[in-house]
Amino acid sequence: MKKILKSDNWYLKCGIFITGFILIVILIGQFWTPYDSGYMDGAARLEGPSFAHIFGTDNFGRDILSRVIEGTGTTFLVSFCINLIGLLAGTMIGAAAGYRGGLFDDLLMRICDAITAFPNVMLALVIIAVFGSGDLNIIWVLGILFIPSYARIVRSQFVQQKSCNYVQMAKLMGASPLRIIFVHILPNIYSTLLPAATIGFNNAVLAEASMSFLGVGVSANKPSLGRMLNEAQSFLVGGAPWYAAFVGLAIVLLVMGLSLLGEGLQKEQLRGKK
Amino acid sequence: MKFAAKKLTNLIITVILVSFLTFCAFQVIGDPVARMLGAEATPEKVAQLREELGFNRPVMTRYLEWAGNFLRGDMGISYSYKLPVSDMVIPKLGVTVALTLMAFVMTCVLSITIGLYQVRLKSPAVDRAMTVVNQIVMSIPPFFIGILLTCLFGLVFHLFTPGYYVSFRESPAGFFGYLFFPALSIAIPKISQSVKMLRSRTGEELEKDYIRTAFSRGMNTGAAVNYHALHNAIIPVISFLAVSLAEMLASCIIIEQIFSIPGIGRLMLSSISSRDFTVVLAIVVILVLWVIIVNFIADMIYPLIDPRIKVNR
Amino acid sequence: MFKKTVALFLAVLLTVSLCACGGDRKGDRKTNNEIVVGISQDLGDSLNPYQMTAAGTKEIMTNVYEGLYKVAPSGDFIPAVAEDCIISEDGKVYTFPLRSGVKFHNGKELTVQDVLYSFKTCSDITVDSSLPKIFEGLTVESEGNNIVMKLSAANNDFLAYVSLVYIIPEGYSDQAATQPVGTGPYKFVSRSVQENIVFEKFGDYWGNKASVDKVTCKIYEDASALVAAINAGAIDVTAHLTPDQIAGLDEKKYDFLEDTMNLVQALYLNNARKPFDDVRVRQAICYAIDVDEILDLTANGHGSKLGTSIYPKFTKYFDEDLVDMYPHSVEKAKELLAEAGYPNGFSMSVTVPSNYTPHVNAGQVIVQQLKAAGIDAELKEVEWNSWLTDVYQGRDFDSTVCGFDASTITANALLSRWVSTSGKNMIGFSDPKYDELISKATAETDDAVRTQLYKDAARILAEDAANAYIQDIAEIVAINKDLSGYVFYPLYRIDFSTIHY
Repeated sequence: MKKILKSDNWYLKCGIFITGFILIVILIGQFWTPYDSGYMDGAARLEGPSFAHIFGTDNFGRDILSRVIEGTGTTFLVSFCINLIGLLAGTMIGAAAGYRGGLFDDLLMRICDAITAFPNVMLALVIIAVFGSGDLNIIWVLGILFIPSYARIVRSQFVQQKSCNYVQMAKLMGASPLRIIFVHILPNIYSTLLPAATIGFNNAVLAEASMSFLGVGVSANKPSLGRMLNEAQSFLVGGAPWYAAFVGLAIVLLVMGLSLLGEGLQKEQLRGKK
Repeated sequence: MKFAAKKLTNLIITVILVSFLTFCAFQVIGDPVARMLGAEATPEKVAQLREELGFNRPVMTRYLEWAGNFLRGDMGISYSYKLPVSDMVIPKLGVTVALTLMAFVMTCVLSITIGLYQVRLKSPAVDRAMTVVNQIVMSIPPFFIGILLTCLFGLVFHLFTPGYYVSFRESPAGFFGYLFFPALSIAIPKISQSVKMLRSRTGEELEKDYIRTAFSRGMNTGAAVNYHALHNAIIPVISFLAVSLAEMLASCIIIEQIFSIPGIGRLMLSSISSRDFTVVLAIVVILVLWVIIVNFIADMIYPLIDPRIKVNR
Repeated sequence: MFKKTVALFLAVLLTVSLCACGGDRKGDRKTNNEIVVGISQDLGDSLNPYQMTAAGTKEIMTNVYEGLYKVAPSGDFIPAVAEDCIISEDGKVYTFPLRSGVKFHNGKELTVQDVLYSFKTCSDITVDSSLPKIFEGLTVESEGNNIVMKLSAANNDFLAYVSLVYIIPEGYSDQAATQPVGTGPYKFVSRSVQENIVFEKFGDYWGNKASVDKVTCKIYEDASALVAAINAGAIDVTAHLTPDQIAGLDEKKYDFLEDTMNLVQALYLNNARKPFDDVRVRQAICYAIDVDEILDLTANGHGSKLGTSIYPKFTKYFDEDLVDMYPHSVEKAKELLAEAGYPNGFSMSVTVPSNYTPHVNAGQVIVQQLKAAGIDAELKEVEWNSWLTDVYQGRDFDSTVCGFDASTITANALLSRWVSTSGKNMIGFSDPKYDELISKATAETDDAVRTQLYKDAARILAEDAANAYIQDIAEIVAINKDLSGYVFYPLYRIDFSTIHY
């Protein structure tokens, strides 16, 4: 910790500060919010910021601050799960493709291309049709969409590492392919994956927001930043510009904190290599 | 040549995979019959229409039939609009391509100018301020940029009329004029990314040994930036720009919705919700071709910029 | 280089604003005597008069198509292509003398052959499920310049159905899907998918000719884009706006006319499924829902409360007493739930079609209100297509918020849906008394008696709490101050012909 405070890596410092702040707010939001985020007050629709409602109220008279706090939590959870799915499945696929190579590799990579080119909205509909509609279906949809990018990164790393001496040695010593993949190569590419994961994290926040915008995001039972921004934009003209402004601000902070963190980590790593 | 042949096989395999997956997806999410008959349809009518349109046959048969027709240039007829798919898709494609290309030109021109301006800056304070602003802009969701631009330039400054889309036929000037702000919304996130990239790459290059040698030979910073560091830093930026051309087409989907531009993205969204799969399939195939061809061009231009890179995949 | 590019960029910006600002050509539109109408959904189905399914398509295409009779803004049926209608004593024979000199948009003169063809084609291919029943046992013949229709049994609403059979030229059915031709005051000119649909005044119209020469319907699927476009003056007329949407609009540029959407919005309860098969549970839900609060929260208090499956525009059948049958009371709701054996409530889902914001918003409020009464409700948003197949046709739902409109302006159109044998009875409502009242009413010839029968039937729906009725949603039409003459219909319809500068 001291090392970080003293370092001149501003990206890392700002990133840790902003993300830490957001995490604390999310944590507090689990136990306490100024108002019940679902409570509707017909007498206080679309009110501007005041002492009672610091961020104002939305079109149902709900407290925006409370909803932003809860929504940040939802969005964070969603992005986390998306990346977890993407990372786990992507690593498996990338490792298998990179290690085996040949036709197998080609085929897996073509499937990844196909997933990338497949329209997101349609994938969302397929998932809903198969699993039924749930609050957080979007996790599966985006999780699947995030697999190819991780798979590509891992695959290229594996292709590189495969020819390294230490892998050749392990092979000579009779290590099984699984052991080589998990015990030998994976720990070596961890340093590439970490920054990729933070960047993936903020892509996930943006993706959640865009999907909500297209009407296939998190359901109305849970507040989420993407959905709120989508609702807020109808009141941007004339009605209640602060609604969109505060929600937008929360998204910008979340994404910025994470991307700074990611970059900071990357810089730290480069420095370590020198 | 072998490289090109391999790319071509990959392209064909991907197109087949994606179109087949799309076909299967509609098997899961349903066919257009419910939409065609509306809420008042009787079950008998539904069954009868399904039979008439041949939706009861196995997926594979229907897919092969579709693929055969598609190869012969017959994209089929839209189930909802009853118009030939090619008549619907091609004009929309023109609009989207115009939008994408405008955004691409903006990105190239603005990112390289702003980027060069920033790396040549003498003042660290301005440099830092630009970095901070850039970091913030990068964190704004693209569709929110679209909304902000609409509000700011459309409703506050009245520089354009939101929603008054003019087709190319009516007035080419009006057409490009209307597409200006949507294109800018697509371009801004890419601009901030590439400016950042250029800035940090140049910074990295300046720390490298060959620059130190140049300095030791008495070269000043400006010249070092201009003649050495920039030359190396700009290569990844150019390849980033080439790749982003592929991504831009995807961002069009949301931007078209916000600015009410009748492009291919909006057509795809509404066709998905009306289960008009002949239209969706045509668009999906076009999107795949676009992404793959653009990536292919990107691969081909690397060696042109930097002879050290050889195409050897 | 930086400065040069910035200068260039600013120059482009300036040029662009000069080009694009030409968009605000309100003055031009007035001199050219044309208007732009903003619509929120594309005419994304067949334009064939018998195969239009979306309400949004029908409400526009009625400017192009006409039947023998048509609906007047008052809700009465007035002669259109026919000049008159002579009904026999027993109500079984209708004679329609055709109006002379009626022309189709393609210049062809209308003949009895066209009418016969239209009726034949309509009964063959219509997607409206009520029409085939009417056409059963119906014979349509020509006698000179008259069309004679013989019914198997008297039907008081027959003219309403006749008005739905739009007349097209003989042999034109196949082309009508993309190149519609009718006899209405406006003719179809062109259509660009998801962009616009253009209509022109039909100079040879038989009746009062329209005033505005050219009508362009522009399509805005995104609600915010629509509002932004209105705000910028790009649109002259827009219907179906919500009170929230017009809040930010300029009152100096537009007149706002308020009306209702002419539909029955309710929390439709699946009567065939437990626990909604128990009338006490349904009543408890009615008590738990505070309609006034829904109106306040979703529409600033605008909208008309219902109480049953009839909306207030049907003045003859609308019964004010039913509106407040279930005043909001959480205690009563809890009491009834306890009586029905659910002292701790139960869990249910409220399905809403995600593309209809008024229903989604009402759903959100209802979920909160049900929770207050101890019912663990969860909102389930589904896409319109899944709503059609799963909820409406598959009847797989607990409850759903949606709105039903009337295809014709008859009480029958709204009420016969809930007859136990009806294919449209998605909630599975079943009450022999109700079925009997409706079948009696259909056959009854005396108007007063019939009205009373329908009223009694509507009361049963309220007493049995078949559904938790909400409102006929408020809608606002924004119209350019230079224009006047917008007329509201008791049905889903936008009439261009009365609008004028």
